[in-house]
Amino acid sequence: MSNHSKSLVIAASLATALSGLAHTATAQEQEKCFGVSLAGENDCAAGPGTTCAGTSTVDYQGNAWTLVPAGTCEEMTITDASDGVERMGSLEELDRDLPG
Amino acid sequence: MMPGQTEFTAALMDASRPAPQGLRDGRGRQAGKRFDVYRNNVAVSLTEALEAGFPVIRKLVGDEFFRAMAGVFLRAHPPASPLMMHYGAEMPAFLEDFGPAGGLPYLPDVARLELALRRSYHAADAAPIDPASLAAVPPVAMAGLRLHFAPAVILVTSSFPILDIWRVNSGAGGGAPRPKEQTALVLRPEFDPRPVDPGPGAAPVLAALIEGATLAASLDRAGPEFDLPALLGLLLSNGVITGFDLED
Repeated sequence: MSNHSKSLVIAASLATALSGLAHTATAQEQEKCFGVSLAGENDCAAGPGTTCAGTSTVDYQGNAWTLVPAGTCEEMTITDASDGVERMGSLEELDRDLPG
Repeated sequence: MMPGQTEFTAALMDASRPAPQGLRDGRGRQAGKRFDVYRNNVAVSLTEALEAGFPVIRKLVGDEFFRAMAGVFLRAHPPASPLMMHYGAEMPAFLEDFGPAGGLPYLPDVARLELALRRSYHAADAAPIDPASLAAVPPVAMAGLRLHFAPAVILVTSSFPILDIWRVNSGAGGGAPRPKEQTALVLRPEFDPRPVDPGPGAAPVLAALIEGATLAASLDRAGPEFDLPALLGLLLSNGVITGFDLED
C-alpha cells in the first residue's frame, strides 16, 4: 500500500475515532484531588515507600526452600502459548526445580 | 575505630557475619544485639516494600513463599537509591533465574506489569492534545504522522495471559485466565493507572508508535485483525497522546 493510500486509510480511521469520542468525552473534565483515595487502594498504586515499616516482624531468612508457592497459582492452569504444554501451578513440577 | 561502609553493608546483608568491629552501644560495649535489631529491620522493611510493590506476585505464590523469596532478593539487590517507590526494578530478571519459582514461567512478566503500573503512577503529568487538532492535519499527510505519548503510558508484552492473571489476582474481576498471549497497555487516563488490552494485532503497532515510528511505518506491523479506528479511539479517549509531528 502506498503512503498516499495509507494516509487516506488513517484519515478515515481518525474520523471514525473522533466521531466515537464525541459521545464519550464527558468524563474528561476532572480535577486532581489529593487524599481522597479509599484506604488500601492508593497504597497499592503508589507502591513501596509510602508507609513506615520494619519494627516488629521477624525476617524470614535462611533455609526456607522447602517451601513451594502456595497462592492462587495452584488453582490456575494455563497452556504455554509457545509450545502448547500445560505447566502452571503444579506443585510436583516445582519440586523438580528446587535446588539440590 | 569506626567501621567502613563496605564492612558495614556486608554485615548488614549477611546474618552469619558478626557486627562490624568498632560499633559501640550506649555503654561502650561491642554493639552486637543492637546491630542485629538494625539488620532485621532493614530486611523486614525491604520485604514489606516488595510486598507493597508486587501484590499480585505475592498472591500468586502465597505470603510465606513471597517473604522467603524477598529475603533472597533483597540481599542480592539492596536498594541503589533512597527512593523506595522505585525499589524492586530487578524483580523480573531475578524471577527469570529463581529456581524455586521455575514452574511458574509467567511470574517475570506479571512482575513487569506490576512495575509498569507503579512507574506509570509516579510518571510526570502531561496534558493530552485536543483530539480535534489531529483532524486539522491534511489527510494526504497522515502517513507521516508521529504521535507523542504521555510518560505514564507503558506497553508490556508477554507470551502469557498477563492481563487475565493480573485481573483475577488483583480483584479487578474476570474469569480464569485464557491460554493466549496478551499485551497490556498501561494507561493513566486520570490519575490511577490501569492495564487494558489494546486489541487484536495492535501490540506491534503500538510498540512502533511508542518508539517514534510514523503511522505508515507502524501500520506495516499490524496483525490481521487490527482495528485502527478502535486503537485511535482508545488512545485519544484516555489522554495518551500529548502531541504529534509530521515527517517531511
